Amino acid sequence: MEAFLDNSGAIIDGFSWTVRLALISALFSFILGVVLTAMRVSPVPLLRGMAAVYVEGIRNTPLTLVLLFCGLGLNSGLGLSFHESVQWNVYWLAVLGLSAYTACFVSEALRSGINTIPFGQIEAARSLGLTFLQNMRLIVLPQALRSVIGPLGSVLIALIKNTTVASVAGLGVQEASRQMKLMFDQGVVPVIPTFIGFAIGFLVLCLPTGYLFGWLSKRLAVAR
Amino acid sequence: MRIRSISTATAGVAALALALTACGGGDGGADADGGDGGTITIGVKYDQPGLGLEEGGDKPVGLDVDVATYVAKELGYDEDRIEWTEAASANRETFLQQGTVDMIVATYSITDERKELVDFAGPYYVAQQDILVQDGDDSVGSAEDLAGKKLCSASGSRSAHTITDTMEIDAELRETQNYSECLQLLTDGQIDAITTDDTILAGYAAQQPGKFQLVGQDIQEERYGIGLPKGSTERCEAVNEAIAKMYEDGSAEKFLDANFGEANFDYDKEQPEFEGCA
Repeated sequence: MEAFLDNSGAIIDGFSWTVRLALISALFSFILGVVLTAMRVSPVPLLRGMAAVYVEGIRNTPLTLVLLFCGLGLNSGLGLSFHESVQWNVYWLAVLGLSAYTACFVSEALRSGINTIPFGQIEAARSLGLTFLQNMRLIVLPQALRSVIGPLGSVLIALIKNTTVASVAGLGVQEASRQMKLMFDQGVVPVIPTFIGFAIGFLVLCLPTGYLFGWLSKRLAVAR
Repeated sequence: MRIRSISTATAGVAALALALTACGGGDGGADADGGDGGTITIGVKYDQPGLGLEEGGDKPVGLDVDVATYVAKELGYDEDRIEWTEAASANRETFLQQGTVDMIVATYSITDERKELVDFAGPYYVAQQDILVQDGDDSVGSAEDLAGKKLCSASGSRSAHTITDTMEIDAELRETQNYSECLQLLTDGQIDAITTDDTILAGYAAQQPGKFQLVGQDIQEERYGIGLPKGSTERCEAVNEAIAKMYEDGSAEKFLDANFGEANFDYDKEQPEFEGCA
């Protein structure tokens, strides 16, 4: 326990990067997820097809491969860089990969939420003369979002845990699990207590997230 | 193949588990002198080009494998009586302590901490931490020139931290899973240099002749020893004699040239000073 407390600064630093990765990726994946969902239920076959190909393609690719592609494919092979410094460059590459991957799961959750809306409402909105985008903005998405808050919480918890892949997939981004491996490599900490300590760190991040979303979903549920 | 029932699958798994445990039994580190028709189990790296690399042949290839083969022969074990086992860095002490292998020849640096747990013969080669850059890049002549440059190292390796922390040179670190990824980044110009043992760098450079060059710095020495189970003083003496003979009869230089000749690597032809057996 003492060894763990002696390294508390390094551990907090590791978890702060985990939180940064998760929050920024959550924001981007939510925006991209909403766009993808709108495309998948749009009246334009081309948009529907493109979104379906994207979601099915990325959703069924392991995250490790997605992030490895960001590091060795986009960055190294194609020369895509976000920042002068290595640390921030790999951070944004990881955000790109995590967002692109998580957006698929956001989109799938939202699509299942759309299916809960009685079809009569959408028909009614159309007959009132609302355009597709108005229909989405005013009728469909608000209700779909409120019915899938619980599942979105699960997606966010998965995203928080998935940030640990960013340090191993050819990027070497600083985050909690990398900090743990560094401590092992330096041989300064007992293994089992350190594992338990870091697992508790993730519980501290994930448990409240789950409870918050559970509470929100009850509060905001659509009364039918 | 279709597995028809759960019991068939279970039997298959059980058979596989048995086969796995049967591997690498060796003779439990007993001090056999090869005259009894037994085998010797040697742990080497399977993923280090030039040192110990598994290429799908009947045995791995590289300097460590050549040295191990020579030493085993001197101990009385012909090549067909050597059993090769992969020894990843993290497993080396455990394998020797549990008798999984009789000997480890796997870029195994002699350190005081490790001497507490295992015995070392040798060193058979003293590697130096060096820097690898793209061929024709003369902007890095020494470690100090790495200031402000992008430097790659594999996670878990202390080489890069020697530069940034111990020598306090302000290089930017990019961390990857292994050195193959570093080489890819260096090829694409995403990073400026890679640092680790010169033997490891030369092994990779020899795979793609003419693309990379070693700077030729001696930043820190890594003394590659042959790991033996604790308390094998007698065998340790025999191994040291074999290493001395290997340098005398020119075999050592032959092995070095065969594995690193393509890399323009200025390897050390002299026999290193032995640590002495416990």
